Amino acid sequence: MLELGLFYIAATVSLVSTIMAVTRYNAAHALIYLIISLLASAIIFYLVGAPFAAVLEVVIYAGAIMVLFVFVIMMLNLGASGDVQEHVLLKPAMWVAPSILCIILFAEIVYVLSKSEQLLAAQVVGPKAVGLELFGPYVLAVEIASMLLLAALVGAYHLGRSYFVDARSGRS
Amino acid sequence: MNDAIAIPMNHGLLLAAMLFMIGLIGVLVRRNIILILMSLEIMLNACGLAFIVAGAHWGIADGQVMFMLILSIAAAEVSIGLGLLLQVHRRFRSLDIDQANRMVG
Repeated sequence: MLELGLFYIAATVSLVSTIMAVTRYNAAHALIYLIISLLASAIIFYLVGAPFAAVLEVVIYAGAIMVLFVFVIMMLNLGASGDVQEHVLLKPAMWVAPSILCIILFAEIVYVLSKSEQLLAAQVVGPKAVGLELFGPYVLAVEIASMLLLAALVGAYHLGRSYFVDARSGRS
Repeated sequence: MNDAIAIPMNHGLLLAAMLFMIGLIGVLVRRNIILILMSLEIMLNACGLAFIVAGAHWGIADGQVMFMLILSIAAAEVSIGLGLLLQVHRRFRSLDIDQANRMVG
């Protein structure tokens, strides 16, 4: 029963920090809230019996990917100039209509999910089972993921070069 | 290692749907490219959560395998997205995505 409470606490923390992350004006503050949300997700992964996925969530998502965001925010050194326009754009007239449309879709999902009363299988699926599955039936997906990461590497290298702007727009 | 807990499956999927919806609203509403990329990360993470919960329902490892593939997709997406962000900032001196809505033919 205590563990069930842990799940709901982690879910609440995840939801609140995600809402805070989406509504912040400052990108660095939003990033910190997003990291909290990811850590709460990692706790949920551990609780439902996926410890390897929880470790990957902390190491890769909250570690590597968020550090990329931190690097970019530090490189751009934004300061307070962008906050003024965000204040203008976050007036209720700007966000009410998309939010209502999304909430309609969400209500449909809630209606569909409310029909099932199944429980999760309370068993831990450890790293060994994941590895056997990953390099057994899913080995082609691993190859595809490696090709995707290679393409991302080449693309990021190309986009990060400094002469790209000069060649296209003709100004220095 | 202690046993996992038997939470109701629809509560886990409901949490994933809520996180996905918050991320979707973020993509639709925000105009800062960094915040849009972060909202996309929220959406991908919600998809991963749904896969993990569905895999835990049957007690199999396929959900975690799919989560790892989503993880690699997120890494590729964010590296390309941040490269594009740097180019936009270099060209327009701003992170407002409305500055970059004209196509140059």
